[in-house]
Amino acid sequence: MLSIKNLKVEIQGKEILKGINLEARAGEVHAIMGPNGTGKSTLASVIAGREVFDVTGGKIIYKGKNLFDLSVEARACEGIFLGFQYPVEIPGVSLVNFMKTALNEQRKYKGLDPIPAKEFLQKMEQTKKLLEMQTSLTTRSVNEGFSGGEKKKNEIFQLAMLEPTLAILDETDSGLDIDALRVVASGVNKLRTENNTFIVITHYQRLLEYIVPDFVHVLFDGRIVKSGGRELAIELEEKGYEWIRQHT
Amino acid sequence: MTPILTENTFKEKMLKLFDDNLRSNFSSDNEYIRNIRKQAIGDFVKFGLPDTKTEGWQGTNLSKPLMLEYKQHFKPFEKDVDVEKIFMCEVHDLESYLFTQLNGWLVFKDESLSTLPGGIVVGSLASAFKAMPRVIENHYARYSKVSNNGFVALNTAFAQDGLFIYVPDGVVVDKPIQIINIINLTENLFIQPRNLVIMGKNSKLQLLHCDHSLLHKQSLINSVTEIILTENSELEYYNLQNKDSDSTLITHAWVEQHSFSRFLSNTLTLNAGIIRNNMNVNLNGQGCETNLYGLYLVDKEQHIDNNIMVDHQKPNNNSNQLFKGILDDQARAVFNGHILVRKDAQKTNAYQKNRNILLTDKATVDSNPQLEIYADDVRCSHGSTVGQLDPGAMFYMRSRGISEDVARMALMNAFASEIIHKINIAPLRNRIDEMVTKRLRGELSICDQCILDCNERRKYSFDIDLSRINC
Ligand SMILES: Nc1ncnc2c1ncn2[C@@H]1O[C@H](COP(=O)(O)OP(=O)(O)OP(=O)(O)O)[C@@H](O)[C@H]1O
Ligand SMILES: [Mg+2]
Repeated sequence: MLSIKNLKVEIQGKEILKGINLEARAGEVHAIMGPNGTGKSTLASVIAGREVFDVTGGKIIYKGKNLFDLSVEARACEGIFLGFQYPVEIPGVSLVNFMKTALNEQRKYKGLDPIPAKEFLQKMEQTKKLLEMQTSLTTRSVNEGFSGGEKKKNEIFQLAMLEPTLAILDETDSGLDIDALRVVASGVNKLRTENNTFIVITHYQRLLEYIVPDFVHVLFDGRIVKSGGRELAIELEEKGYEWIRQHT
Repeated sequence: MTPILTENTFKEKMLKLFDDNLRSNFSSDNEYIRNIRKQAIGDFVKFGLPDTKTEGWQGTNLSKPLMLEYKQHFKPFEKDVDVEKIFMCEVHDLESYLFTQLNGWLVFKDESLSTLPGGIVVGSLASAFKAMPRVIENHYARYSKVSNNGFVALNTAFAQDGLFIYVPDGVVVDKPIQIINIINLTENLFIQPRNLVIMGKNSKLQLLHCDHSLLHKQSLINSVTEIILTENSELEYYNLQNKDSDSTLITHAWVEQHSFSRFLSNTLTLNAGIIRNNMNVNLNGQGCETNLYGLYLVDKEQHIDNNIMVDHQKPNNNSNQLFKGILDDQARAVFNGHILVRKDAQKTNAYQKNRNILLTDKATVDSNPQLEIYADDVRCSHGSTVGQLDPGAMFYMRSRGISEDVARMALMNAFASEIIHKINIAPLRNRIDEMVTKRLRGELSICDQCILDCNERRKYSFDIDLSRINC
């Protein structure tokens, strides 16, 4: 599914990612943890195609394709989804229209006709129900005036609507209350299949109790310094990042 | 040619025309009108036309259009011009009382002044001068001020026709009144339309004013609209401007508001040659509401200048200005928004915002919000922004699979929609929404048809026999 080889990324001449290696196969869930400012969101953004970063080395292969050959929107149409750490407000664009446009653009890319209106509405209603989302949210402008938790839920709503094959969730758990966390996690679990891959960026072991990862990676100062199973997350929570620092 | 020389030439031309007309076309005016004309021509001589050194006019240079030769007509067309042959203006599902001003003269079939249900009088101002001298004396040229430019004086000196509306006390006009101002001539034309809207106490009206040009000839319009809102009356005033690149449009609206009156204006500029809109609102009563909105979409060499003055003369009034623009290519926008809160105008709420999106680095905006406050218990704010489309929002949309073009369109539409949603006439709002989308896609041209109906089927040919027009 995804293969990252020795990825090096700079922003404004400052090196953020210093050689990342990561292999993720279909059906797997990977968790990435690590202290603030170590480059987790940078990695996620580079996979999604954000242009402000300079890739100075390495490559990313996704479904056999060189990701750097694909535009941001083409990556999305190829099944990559980024759940933003800080979802963006778009005043004047309603969530319904946004979602319909996105779905139809992705269908167009695949050579499909636009989704029939009824089918779209049904899908939207089902997804809202799945995530216990307030119905009025979809008629409002995208993320505008949404609470922190509502914004995060909205990311998962979009994920469920678009059904990507590679979903990267950047701190989707932060800002969610305990109930919302459970709802979101069970939503994600329902979307898990043997054909898709999740990369979950989080600071908290708690999320991983709900979305159980196959692998946990620790990103530290631009490098993945430790990888392991689920137990690594528990160990990290007990010992803190100082423990990592001493062992690298 | 230097601007000064041009101005003098223009001035001399106007003075000579005025003298000629006093003896001919103006000779049938009643005394009140004649006196107003004479005083106005004096003011015109005194103040002259503004140039780029005049306060409030620095951003708009009119020396080029003023240098051109124009035809002026001081007599109306034949009365039986069939407007429907000229064009059909159809906002789908919009029912309106429709009036047309063609090359400066109001076109009518049977009667130059019609009486609508409730005793509303609408029609040609030229006829109202004669038929309703008392009303005219009470209101005409009472609200417009010469201020710092001679255009208003010039219009007042020469004005002969335009739309006259009188809504009696307590009457709510059941359908919008629509006036379409068309320029369509095979020669350069200079016209000075004059409109007067009188709103009786507790009356209500929605007025739609469309300005557009049909043939690509140079045109200069210098229009003045006076609006009086007496106690507790309400007017919505929509201005749709879709002008070709060879046109210069200078508009002046003078709005006088009495207590508890409500005025909403929405000026939508979809294409321009040079446009300068002046809007002056005098809040001469208490408990008034004033909402002034504007949207301009300009590209190429187009120029749009909105000059707003809200004069809070009395306490307890609310005013709000929101003007938004999208500029492409080398287009230029000027916004001068002036809020004046006089000493007695306590408990004033006055807000103003101008927001612009520049799509290129050659497009320019000159935005000057101005607050002048002499009262102490007031709430005022102003702000202006000039920026690009939000790159964060662009990335967010693209990351969902939306292509760059579609995302850009969606963001521009969203930006414009805030103003479009202030249109309270649903069919008009929907049509404008479509037109703005078309415009942003580059598909809206200055149609050779009414801009409100770009329906191919209705493509018309010109049936006006120019030999029948008295010049
Ligand atoms: N646009 C930018 N301009 C300058 N520096 C940036 C930019 N974006 C990220 N950085 C820097 O890159 C480093 C990595 O940031 P990143 O957001 O990837 O961290 P993170 O691991 O996601 O942190 P957190 O856990 O706080 O979300 C930080 O030092 C950050 O300040
Ligand atoms: Mg982050």
